[in-house]
Amino acid sequence: MSRARNGWVLPVSLLLALLLGLVPLPGILQPLRPYWLALVLAYWLLEEPDNIGLGVSFALGVLADLAFGGLLGEQAMRLVVMAFILDRFRARMRFFPLSQQALVIGVLLLNDRVISAAIHVVMGAPQLPWMYWLAPLLGLLLWAPLHFALDTLRLRRRG
Amino acid sequence: MPPYAGPPAARPGDVAGVLRLLAYLILATALMVLDYRSGWLRAARTQAEVAVQPLWWLAGLPSKVGTGLREEAVTRTQLARDNERLRNALLVIAARNARMRTEAAENERLRGLLGSAQRGRLDVQLASILDIDLDPTRQRLLLDSGSNGGVRVGQAVIDAGGLMGQVIATTPTTSSVLLITDPDHAVPVAVARSGIRLVVYGSGRSDALHLADVPLSADVRAGDQLLTSGLGGRFPPGFAAGTVGTLRPDDSRAFLEADVTPAAQLDRGRDVLLLRGYKPVPAVDPAAVPPSPAAMPTPAQAAPATANAVAAPSPTTTSSEPRR
Repeated sequence: MSRARNGWVLPVSLLLALLLGLVPLPGILQPLRPYWLALVLAYWLLEEPDNIGLGVSFALGVLADLAFGGLLGEQAMRLVVMAFILDRFRARMRFFPLSQQALVIGVLLLNDRVISAAIHVVMGAPQLPWMYWLAPLLGLLLWAPLHFALDTLRLRRRG
Repeated sequence: MPPYAGPPAARPGDVAGVLRLLAYLILATALMVLDYRSGWLRAARTQAEVAVQPLWWLAGLPSKVGTGLREEAVTRTQLARDNERLRNALLVIAARNARMRTEAAENERLRGLLGSAQRGRLDVQLASILDIDLDPTRQRLLLDSGSNGGVRVGQAVIDAGGLMGQVIATTPTTSSVLLITDPDHAVPVAVARSGIRLVVYGSGRSDALHLADVPLSADVRAGDQLLTSGLGGRFPPGFAAGTVGTLRPDDSRAFLEADVTPAAQLDRGRDVLLLRGYKPVPAVDPAAVPPSPAAMPTPAQAAPATANAVAAPSPTTTSSEPRR
């Protein structure tokens, strides 16, 4: 099937998302950096649930923790929670219009920030400045273009 | 988690899903606790970080290419101008250096008269910063050279302004630096003007350090320069650590606290210097404790006991006067 032919899109997009999280940004833009990994992972969780589940999300989270130099397990937990919620909502979300989907993704990203803040409180780590709470908004805005781009790549040679 | 009532009747698949979620959550929690509280995961983590090095390299590439392009694109006149400016700067610094050398010689002679130990000269190694953004809540840096390049854990890291931090982990080709602004970090310092010894803590922000538990009677003023005191044996004495901001009473009203502006440029710059000559003293080494601690050379001002300067002062190398 064509899915196998474009199978490279999945790993490459996830790798790219990981890299985009590391690429240096100017200081003012840094707080607004969208959580690319969560966005791309959300796309694949919705579109190809057979390939991607809780296990992959967890492994990806651990890898991201290693790469970002954060607390080991933090992103693993955040991504697993997101994967679980998306798994529950998938049937409905796939038939949402893109705008509504983006809204749900925005809420999920906000929820992700809450989880991260909670983890930091429990672990006694410093909190991020408030500017970082604007990042989910940017993620919300990016959902439609990202969805479109990944759809194009994934389904390109199907016809 | 947004409230979700779930399907009307729990199906076996759902229960299995929840169980798997719980299993992963527990696993993640275990990882976090182990990473935060215990040391043995650190070794495993260092091993695993070797695997993500290609990622770091890739992520640092755009900035490297950008710098390369910018350097390619500068015009001839600009190069000439830069050249002239740098040559002038070099001249000034060389002149200053010549004067310093005579003073150093004199210093050496006086030291010889006093019979005190000779101090090694500054031996440094240049390392470039790998330009990637790490977790913003942690004050870390990644350097482009690792144990293959001779970087060792514990080396002090400085830049032209002053102290930046210390190397906490090395892999063969990279090493990570704990900045002095990390909340887990503390530096023993001395006020350059009065010699009072204090401890400066990281604040978690890259533009501020925190000075706590300053006795009310201590001779510390806003604008004072803080130099590393060399106590604890981790950092050599005499490097600029920061400038004291305004002092204010802390919550207990029994001590003062202040924000300190770091002397080093922690959020800018592309290269750092690693100190090589200085051998960090292990935190606690019973064999190195001299028979009578009272024989310590007392500095001019007996420093009022800094409430928690417990960073294992090593009496063997105590000398808190600034070098530069």
